[in-house]
Amino acid sequence: MSTLDQPETEAQPKGRRGIGDHLYDWLDERMGLKDIILPVIVHPVPRKLNFWYVFGSATLAAFVVQVVTGVALAMTYVPSTSNAYQSLQFITHDAVLGRVVRGMHFWGASAMVIFIAIHTISVFLMGSFKYPREVNWLTGSFLLLMTLAMAFSGQLLRWDQTAYWSVGVAAAQAGKTPIIGNWLAQVVVAGQTIGGATLTRFFATHVFLIPAIMFLLVGLHLYLVVKDGVSELPVAGKPVRRATYRREYHRVLKEDGEPFFPDFIWKDVVFALLTVIVLLILAIWLGPPELDRPPDPTIIQAYPRPDWYFLPYFAVLALLPPAVENWVILGAPLLGGIIMLVVPFIANQGERAPSRRPWSVAIVIVFLAAALALGIAGDRAPWSPKIGEGQPGPIPPQLLVNTSPAAQHGAQVFQDKTCHSCHMLAGTGGERGPDLTHVGTRLTRDQLTWRILGGGNNMPAYGGNIDTNDLNDLLDFLQGLK
Amino acid sequence: MSERDQRSRDHAPTEIETSSAPNEQLARSQSTLLVDTPRLNDEARHESAEELTRRGLLTKISLLGSAAIGAVVGIPIIGYLLGPLVKPTPSDWRNVGKVDDFSPGETKLVAFDDPSPLPWAGQTARLAAYIRREGQNDQFLAFAVNCTHLGCPVNWQPSSGIFICPCHGGVYYADGTVAAGPPPRRLFTYDTRVANGQVQLRATPLQTS
Repeated sequence: MSTLDQPETEAQPKGRRGIGDHLYDWLDERMGLKDIILPVIVHPVPRKLNFWYVFGSATLAAFVVQVVTGVALAMTYVPSTSNAYQSLQFITHDAVLGRVVRGMHFWGASAMVIFIAIHTISVFLMGSFKYPREVNWLTGSFLLLMTLAMAFSGQLLRWDQTAYWSVGVAAAQAGKTPIIGNWLAQVVVAGQTIGGATLTRFFATHVFLIPAIMFLLVGLHLYLVVKDGVSELPVAGKPVRRATYRREYHRVLKEDGEPFFPDFIWKDVVFALLTVIVLLILAIWLGPPELDRPPDPTIIQAYPRPDWYFLPYFAVLALLPPAVENWVILGAPLLGGIIMLVVPFIANQGERAPSRRPWSVAIVIVFLAAALALGIAGDRAPWSPKIGEGQPGPIPPQLLVNTSPAAQHGAQVFQDKTCHSCHMLAGTGGERGPDLTHVGTRLTRDQLTWRILGGGNNMPAYGGNIDTNDLNDLLDFLQGLK
Repeated sequence: MSERDQRSRDHAPTEIETSSAPNEQLARSQSTLLVDTPRLNDEARHESAEELTRRGLLTKISLLGSAAIGAVVGIPIIGYLLGPLVKPTPSDWRNVGKVDDFSPGETKLVAFDDPSPLPWAGQTARLAAYIRREGQNDQFLAFAVNCTHLGCPVNWQPSSGIFICPCHGGVYYADGTVAAGPPPRRLFTYDTRVANGQVQLRATPLQTS
């Protein structure tokens, strides 16, 4: 029966009908509220859903926060390379509540990344990607990709020194693609150099292109959630079988289902409320990050670092052997994407319970442990020499007590030749090279000479960059470190 | 089959099975999906390889028309977005200082104009490079400031005679060759020349490989 064939009026309700009832009837007749929208809102879900199920809607709530705060920011932000920085400073420091709105946008990005990661992991662990929800896993995977793309492009819109040089890093990575590398790099920077068109390209991508794709994907994702139903809690020993799953799922709903509204949605609402309250508190308390210096390509004192969600990848790029680096830069994201795409097709039936899927649990544990370890390493970045504003102070004075004038001059050479930027001495200095606080007990004078002049591993050879007197004094200093 | 029967058949609703509906709400939601769906499958079955029915023709028109709309709107947009990439590569010579501004053996950071600046580029229309004067002659080397590893800006350390990248610890010697760390190749270079007492650098697009 077509919706058009339904009776034009239903039985008159008892009692007096107010203007609200008439308005509802008027809208219902034209919009099909009772026949189309209400059944979707109250569609049945399994009864025993726990709080792990709120992270999908929490991601959506964070996305809505991003859209709303983003629209507000876009009303003041000027996406021009010559004005973006100043407009962002105005938003942060002069506009009424600008700091709060930008703060919510900043922390909302982190919330969205965290929630979508938890949602993805819980769906994977509970086997909810299996039949008949394979396509919804795919839409979720693309939403995860789009979320990360939003996070990266948003970081660049700060358009400070860090953002400017981060564009260069992105272009350099794209440039490593065989054959079309240079061309791809120029696509990233929207021209032949990082310049006037670069920021507007990223702005349009961040506020129009990716959100439009995300709206479509969210719509499809929600449609499939309603069509195929919210997955029930997995039970060990009850595997998914294509031939029987839908019948079994409908039996579960019939025997022990409850309407999504209001029996489950209250959990979503409560969690979303907590989320926005926390975001507001963080925005007021901590605010958004201060901008780096204005973007100036002629000032090369910059240390582009990604926001926290990309620190593990930043660490990988530092720790990889150069021989495999290009393969990883290009291959790892590709491989990750392929794995996400094939997961629901290579394991779309069988056990869902984590207790029966030890390999899946192990994969998640290894992934999380690796991400955490790499994230911490990326934050510390021990491979980065301490130069420029972060360069270490003078040689600790306790290392110069009772030393000869030559050794004291050697300490100055150690400082001048940038050795201290990479080597630790009594708790000060870089961590790129070995700690030299007690190097005099480990290496002989000849061995030290060999290392200094010949270099090796991550140390440059100073053979052509140090004269004999300086070398001898430096050796005196190093030999005295015991 | 009479014409009336055929018409009725063409407009028969495609029913989604509701017998397994778990409860009334689900059954109701599914019943709302009843729609007057023309029986395209039946139509297609009736259509022989040789015979082009009216509905088949309209289907093709709709599909091809939609594709054409996409092409008409999309091709200019793609061309517009990729336009900057197909423009001729600019390679103008830029003055970066007088010859006497550079001492022999010295490496100096200089600024120059972007080869294709846009009017609103602001400060980003100015780029940087390292210029090194080789020996007493008018021979100059110009290095891009970007590390060949991942593009971070390298810092010249005059006292130690090396370039150091702050990101992942790439190190280069004064002649731009790799001294240590992850860079896969020496620093990118620009062509240089001396004209009218000025050191000039040929500004080129971003180099990444």
